[in-house]
Amino acid sequence: MNGYGLFVWSSFAFTLTNFFGLYVIINRQLIKENKKFELKFNQLEKNKYTEAYKQRTNQVLVSSNAAQKI
Amino acid sequence: MLNKIFEILKIISLSKLTRIIVFSLFVIFLTLGLFESLLLSPEDYIQSDAVRIMYVHVPAAWISLGIFSFIAFLSLGIFIFKNKNFVIIAKSFAPSGLVFNLIALVTGSIWGKPTWGTWWAWDPRITSMLVLFLFYTLYIVSWRLFENDKAAKISSLVAIAGFVNVPIIKFSVDWWASLHQPSSVKILSETTIHSSMLTPLLLMTAAFALFSVLIFLMKYNIELIKIKTKGLDRL
Repeated sequence: MNGYGLFVWSSFAFTLTNFFGLYVIINRQLIKENKKFELKFNQLEKNKYTEAYKQRTNQVLVSSNAAQKI
Repeated sequence: MLNKIFEILKIISLSKLTRIIVFSLFVIFLTLGLFESLLLSPEDYIQSDAVRIMYVHVPAAWISLGIFSFIAFLSLGIFIFKNKNFVIIAKSFAPSGLVFNLIALVTGSIWGKPTWGTWWAWDPRITSMLVLFLFYTLYIVSWRLFENDKAAKISSLVAIAGFVNVPIIKFSVDWWASLHQPSSVKILSETTIHSSMLTPLLLMTAAFALFSVLIFLMKYNIELIKIKTKGLDRL
């Protein structure tokens, strides 16, 4: 790198570290919120569960969390 | 029509397959971009290998500017259409925009040392990028400080006010004496950068854009789940 290695590598390393850090933070939040939803959904009474399951977004979330009662 | 688009976006963002596809594309473009920018692209005749910092600095600056402009555009939509989907989309783009802004500032500072002999200068473009960083921070902090509806209004106002800074960043090199050179990559006129340097620049830009889409999808997913979890209480 003709003596510029420290500057070049540190720039790329800083960028990739930030990517990794942001991905990990957002992924953790996603898992946490998924778990919260799953827990609440599974605690619903049967009639409320059926009503909630009618909503398309809930169906997608439930199926992706594998927390189906129906 | 708008609601149909938002419904499709919801289903796409909730699908794991979408995230897997975007993530795979990101890895492919990043690998190609790194290979091109660190190994294949030539060194500059004046800056030598220090020019390689451009391949992370410039795409990060472009993406952070693009995201903020999009957030400002959506924020305007919030006031015009009173549609909450605009709020969620704008909010979900902010974290990656802030990180790209930080990357642009830090890598610019690292690049400044070997080329200008200083880590920091109160150059018009650097200063206006720092102002953008403050607007990004204000936008995100306003979501933490205020309740939902109030936060949506205040953050939107911050984004619209901050948008004034975007043309200042773009034209700062033309309006004032600047350490930065004028744009080499142009949409409306001829690009003055050689293809051997343009290729890694575009590959890295594509990789960064894909990363911001990936983070957006995940964050949008989080916001939807939060709304749906609250909705379960109201049943």
